[in-house]
Amino acid sequence: MLRDDIIEYSLDAHHSEEAGRKIRKNIWLVTLLLAVITTVEVALGAYWKEWFPESWGLVKLGYIVLTLEKAGFIVGVFMHLGDERRNVRMIILLPYLLFILYLLFIAIWESNYVHRMLELFQ
Amino acid sequence: MAGEATKALSNDVLWGGGRSPFSISYGKMMMWFFLVSDALTFSGLLVAYGFVRHSTTEAWPIGEEVFRALPFLHGSYPLIYVALMTAILIFSSVTMVLAVEAGHRMDKKGVIKWLFLTVIGGAFFVGSQAWEWSHFIHGGGGYITTTDGAKYWVHTKDHDTHDPVNAEGFHLEKAREGHYLLPDESAHHLDHAAAVKLWNERVDYVDGANMTRNEYGPSQYATFFFFITGFHGFHVFSGVIINLIVLIMVIKGVFHRRGHYEMVEKAGLYWHFVDLVCVFVFTFFYLL
Repeated sequence: MLRDDIIEYSLDAHHSEEAGRKIRKNIWLVTLLLAVITTVEVALGAYWKEWFPESWGLVKLGYIVLTLEKAGFIVGVFMHLGDERRNVRMIILLPYLLFILYLLFIAIWESNYVHRMLELFQ
Repeated sequence: MAGEATKALSNDVLWGGGRSPFSISYGKMMMWFFLVSDALTFSGLLVAYGFVRHSTTEAWPIGEEVFRALPFLHGSYPLIYVALMTAILIFSSVTMVLAVEAGHRMDKKGVIKWLFLTVIGGAFFVGSQAWEWSHFIHGGGGYITTTDGAKYWVHTKDHDTHDPVNAEGFHLEKAREGHYLLPDESAHHLDHAAAVKLWNERVDYVDGANMTRNEYGPSQYATFFFFITGFHGFHVFSGVIINLIVLIMVIKGVFHRRGHYEMVEKAGLYWHFVDLVCVFVFTFFYLL
C-alpha cells in the first residue's frame, strides 16, 4: 500500500540554508538557557540551604517553576511542538494535563491524610 | 520550521477530508501518542515517590547529602555528578536537534556527524549511571544501631569492606537525631577502644543499599531510586540503540533515497523525551 500521508507532509518539512542558520542560532540560544538554569539549580541546592535555611520552601517552589520552564523549552523548541498546528498541541497537552493535575490533587490529598493517620497511630 | 504545519489553511480545507487535519504524518503522530502514555508512566512513578515521601513520618534522606561523590576525587561535591549527567543528556539532545535540522536541509554528512555525537553522549550517560548505581549500592561505611536506638556512622580508610571493625582507621561517629546522614556535632569523638565496644554491642548494621534496606534512609528511598532511575536508564539505553540503528541507515543512504529524513525526527522525538524525563527526575528525585 502506498503511504502517501508520510510523503506529503514530510517532503514539505524541508528548509533552506538561510532558514537553517536562523534555526541553529535559536537552538544554541536555548541550549545556553538550559545550561544556565541547571547551573542555578545546583548552586541553589549546594549553597542557599546553608545560608538561608528559612527560605528553603520558596526555593523548592522555584525549582518546580524552573523545571517547567526547562520542559517548555525542550518540548516547544527541541521537539518542535511549538511549530505544529494548534490542534496538534492541544491533543498532546490537554489529555496529559487532565490526568496529571487530577493525579497530583489526589496524591497530595491522600498523602496528607496518610501522614496524619501515621502520626496518630504510630 | 517551514512546512505544512505553518501554512494558513482554512478549517474547511483542513477538516474537509483527504488529508491529515493535523498536518502531521502518521508516524510522528503515533510517536507523540506513545510519548504521552510514557510520560504518564513516569509521572505515576514520580507522584508515587512524592506520595511516600510526603506521607512518611520517618526522616527522609536529602539528595545533596546522598549524591555528593565524584569518581577519582575525594571530598564533598553535592549533586555535581548528577548535574553533569543531566548536562550530558541535554547536550546530546542538542546534537540530536541539530541532526534533525541537518536532515531538513538533506545534509547527509551533517546528520551523520550530529547523530554520531548523540549516540556517544547517550553511551556516556548510561556509563555514568552505572557508576552512580555502583556507588549507591556500595555506599559509605554504613551505620550501626545500638541497644538504646542511637545510630553511629562507621568510618574506615578502606570503603569496600564488610568487616569494618578490623579495617584500618576504624572509628564511629554519632548520627544526628532523626537524621541518617549528618553527624551529631555536639557528640564526643569516640576513640578506637570505645568504638570497638559500641560495635560489639550493636543490634544492627546497615551497609550500602539493596532492595530491602539501605544506609541512606527508609527502604522505599532506595527502591524508588532503583525503579525510577533504572526505568529512565533503560529508556536511555534503548534510545541509544534506536539512534544507532537510524545512524547506520543514514550512512547506508536509506533516507536520502527516500527523499526525507523523517525517521531522524521520530527517533529525535523519543530522544528529547528521554532528556525531558531526566530534567524531571533531577528536580523531583534529587533536588527537592
